[in-house]
Amino acid sequence: MTATAEGPAKEMGSPRKRSEDARLITGRTKWTDNMAPAGTLYVAFLRSPHAHARITGVDVGQAKSRPGVVAAFSGADFADEQGALPCAWVVTEDMKHPHHPPMAVDEVRYVGEPVACVVARDRYAAFDALEDIDVDYEPLPAVVDMEAAVADGADLVHEGLGTNTSYTWVFENGDLDAAMRDAPVVLERRYVQQRLIPTAMEPRSVLCVPEGDEFTLYSATQIPHILRLMLATVTGIGEHRIRVVAPDVGGGFGSKLQVYGEEVLALLLARRLGRPVKWTESRSEGNMTVHHGRDQIQRLTLAAERDGRIRGLKVELLADMGAYLMLVTPGIPLLGAFMFNGIYKMDAYSFTCSGVFTTKTPTDAYRGAGRPEATFAIERLMDELAAELDMDPIEVRRRNWIAHEEFPYDTIAGLTYDSGNYEAATDKALELFEYDKLRAEQADRRERHDPVQLGIGVSTFTEMCGLAPSRVLGSLSYGAGGWEHASVRMLPSGKVEVVTGSSAHGQGHETAWAQITADRLGVPFEDVKVLHGDTAVSHKGMDTYGSRSLAVGGVALYSACDKVVDKARKVAAHLLEASEQDLEFENGRFSVRGVQQEGRTLQEVALAAFAAHDLPDGIEPSLDSDATYDPGNFSFPHGTHLCATEVDTETGMVRIRKYVAVDDVGKVVNPLIVEGQVHGGLAQGIAQALYEEAVYDADGNLTTTTMADYLIPSAADLPSFTTDRTETPATSNPMGVKGVGEAGTIASTPAVVNAVVDALRPFGVDDVEMPCTPERVWRALRSESQPDTAEPGAGGGLGTAGGAQ
Amino acid sequence: MIPATFDYVRPASVDDAARALADAGEDAKVLAGGQSLMPLLRMRLAYPDALIDLDRLDGLREIRDDGGSVVIGAMATHHQVIGDPLVREHLPLIARATATVADPAVRHRGTFCGSLAHADPAGDLPAVALALDAVLLARSVRGEREIPAAEFFVDWMTSALEPDELLVGVRVPKLGAGWGVHYEKFHRTAQAWAIVGVACAVRRSGDTVEDARVALTNMGPAPVRASGVEEAVRGRGASREAFQAAAGHAAEGTEPPTDLHGSAEYRAHLASVLTARALSAAAGI
Repeated sequence: MTATAEGPAKEMGSPRKRSEDARLITGRTKWTDNMAPAGTLYVAFLRSPHAHARITGVDVGQAKSRPGVVAAFSGADFADEQGALPCAWVVTEDMKHPHHPPMAVDEVRYVGEPVACVVARDRYAAFDALEDIDVDYEPLPAVVDMEAAVADGADLVHEGLGTNTSYTWVFENGDLDAAMRDAPVVLERRYVQQRLIPTAMEPRSVLCVPEGDEFTLYSATQIPHILRLMLATVTGIGEHRIRVVAPDVGGGFGSKLQVYGEEVLALLLARRLGRPVKWTESRSEGNMTVHHGRDQIQRLTLAAERDGRIRGLKVELLADMGAYLMLVTPGIPLLGAFMFNGIYKMDAYSFTCSGVFTTKTPTDAYRGAGRPEATFAIERLMDELAAELDMDPIEVRRRNWIAHEEFPYDTIAGLTYDSGNYEAATDKALELFEYDKLRAEQADRRERHDPVQLGIGVSTFTEMCGLAPSRVLGSLSYGAGGWEHASVRMLPSGKVEVVTGSSAHGQGHETAWAQITADRLGVPFEDVKVLHGDTAVSHKGMDTYGSRSLAVGGVALYSACDKVVDKARKVAAHLLEASEQDLEFENGRFSVRGVQQEGRTLQEVALAAFAAHDLPDGIEPSLDSDATYDPGNFSFPHGTHLCATEVDTETGMVRIRKYVAVDDVGKVVNPLIVEGQVHGGLAQGIAQALYEEAVYDADGNLTTTTMADYLIPSAADLPSFTTDRTETPATSNPMGVKGVGEAGTIASTPAVVNAVVDALRPFGVDDVEMPCTPERVWRALRSESQPDTAEPGAGGGLGTAGGAQ
Repeated sequence: MIPATFDYVRPASVDDAARALADAGEDAKVLAGGQSLMPLLRMRLAYPDALIDLDRLDGLREIRDDGGSVVIGAMATHHQVIGDPLVREHLPLIARATATVADPAVRHRGTFCGSLAHADPAGDLPAVALALDAVLLARSVRGEREIPAAEFFVDWMTSALEPDELLVGVRVPKLGAGWGVHYEKFHRTAQAWAIVGVACAVRRSGDTVEDARVALTNMGPAPVRASGVEEAVRGRGASREAFQAAAGHAAEGTEPPTDLHGSAEYRAHLASVLTARALSAAAGI
């Protein structure tokens, strides 16, 4: 901490480098796969090669007899104790919710579903033995196309359900018929949110260590607390007998917000064998079995006046659930229900979503979870409306957005946006982008018929984060609350331990939480230790997802710190023989107002409280404090992103020339962390626009099982981002913070696609399906759709070889 | 994934390596940098009985001047090739194309000759070797053999090497004065394989093209020489228009694949666009 004449520098707002990074980057830390207690056995899973088939026999006998193999099991061997994987979000009363065994018993419904497992003394022996397991399958029809799946007479994923539709959920507000009737402008569009594979740097890994009838389960998970409760529920083992540890976790993006079959089976195998068991997925195994994201077909109808003002919006979604409902699968598209209106005012809104079963890997939360899909739709529509009216896309937005003086604003989707300043963020972005200059260049290139055309894409987005007010979750039939817990422990030496229920998996909690604590308690940053991710240490929590950590968990910590100071004030007043009202607390020191030289530091008070020799009556000998914060509202980060693309009309290649992101995430604890979150978010959102797509062939085989076929951009493929912020504090929490984890991902996808389409508009193009691959762009220019190229052929090197498996 | 079991041999001399390869039988693989082979092993797409690791054969790391040619040893890494003064001076096409291979980590482990022996038509370097009329140097217990690049790349991931033959190096004729070169690689991300690549060398005399070499990456089961293009530009004027017209022949006789990154039709289109660009860049116009 650097001291100035005014006292120590404020930690909050300081771009401090993350204290956890050295160990995370070098890998000299506790990744789950780095741990191997004595006697650990290794698990390998045999997975279904069929998208849909009846299992008529599994013979693990040969596999058991191989050297190094300790045990081998089929799903049937665990049928009586494995229960069913949970879905915590029953979105409608009549939602179809199929049984989901951790290891398949009678039927497999996606390629990669576990069918049997081998437990061996080393990983190699376990993998070798998989080849000796004999499974008899009776193939059933694959169901890969959502629109076909909901048609009459479609093949069924779950025969017993009698339908492929899990649920239909409706939200309506305002008179949509009136809005549509005689509307001067009506736009109808069909957009496809392609299926994505969340790709965390650390693959999934789980290690379960039995100790008598108790179990410690280490897992690369985002949700140690929820996982513990769910493991207890699924297996019947008492919650108090299970300890879950999320050690350092290398990314998740939602994919580790899950209760996976492999986690349940690790626990059951450890119980059955009485030995520690470990499983770590390979990348190609992960591509098939980590839950996937997005995958929606959106039918949109927008009615507007000729001056650009929106009358109403109708949204009809098909959302691919995959083969089963996992932890929050059915609720993900519904998070978008509140966001399709974006930042705009309108008179009527109708949202209908049907969840559809297919014989593919289940979907669930992926960075943004429902909001990117909604934001894409409305921001693409705004550019389409501008084109239809021959109006500048910024101007059409200005005519519709909520003006800064109108906050708090009750939206047509039923939310109350507490704050925002879309004008300020947009003005700043336009200036940084040099919007007029680029528009002039665009006109010039069009004029010259330059083979490389310039496109400009706009995205003025908002999102809801800080998940979530518990009463709202209750009204949506979600299975839990949305609060967060924090504890602050003042150690006798004056050092501080902070316990948070929001467990980091790469976000930088250890740094940010220490910054908050250092400021609130007036102690040095280095004196704060942040503990998290272990249910034995952090007994309460709702974990990390939905950009909730700071806006919920950070506020809980803020409040717990204040409670420490309140307790300390009583002790300090006693020690200073002054009344509490006369005490000031500044830079970690209590003093009597007007008598600066006499005082007690918080550390001195902590020691006095520890010794307890001289405490006021009725005061417990501890300053430790807990707080649980349940937000009263969501928070609503917003921003304006502008993207310029150069599109080579001869090859279809898209290159991002310039990207400006002005985000308003409210008050900022650590601008460097915010910057990092925005950069990473942009990379992932741009990846959806240009690169990533999980492709299934007609038989339901995933053809993008390797990173040669599932393209993830690296720094080399992305432009240098121009990022900046405006700061409109949230009014819904005392820190004024909003959350930043998902903003970049949500905002950038439509900005990029809008820019691609803008470049091609003179050629009569009004959409390019994502990802906007060079071939898709080239075909759009020739007014052709993409042929079905899901069949990998020769020439892709490893990628082809992997995909052909 | 985890590789299946295999025997592992790390010979100390080229003779020992050739002997080990002969002894290992049909299903042995030679390991140089391992950047293509190891992933295949890990994914259990290749099940060799034995791996012959050339890591100790330091003599094969050499890149040397051989008069009219440069000889690149089997263990010379991409990184080494890119920075080698002989390569930069006499074979700049190799230096440029190699700089586009994968990423720095791969370029520090992977080898030039390993890429050729792997014979992946999506790899960048087979087309370069073909364009430069490289000669591949094979060694076995039976003796030495020289294989011209035009005969080396037989089919998809299949070279003319016999199971007991070890690629010990490649001899590439120096281009000489007056040549301009370019490697035009078209790929979706920096680390992705080329959807189509064009290796190109053009020798100009004033405004006339005296000679040209054009070879294509990923336009069939093996790299292909675009002879139609070469003939169409030879002795003609060096202009964008002429190159565009000549590049129309690029896809002639090719059998481009259809995969997730591009259809055969699209590749054929790309071949002609990229060839025109490569010719212009190589000719410096």
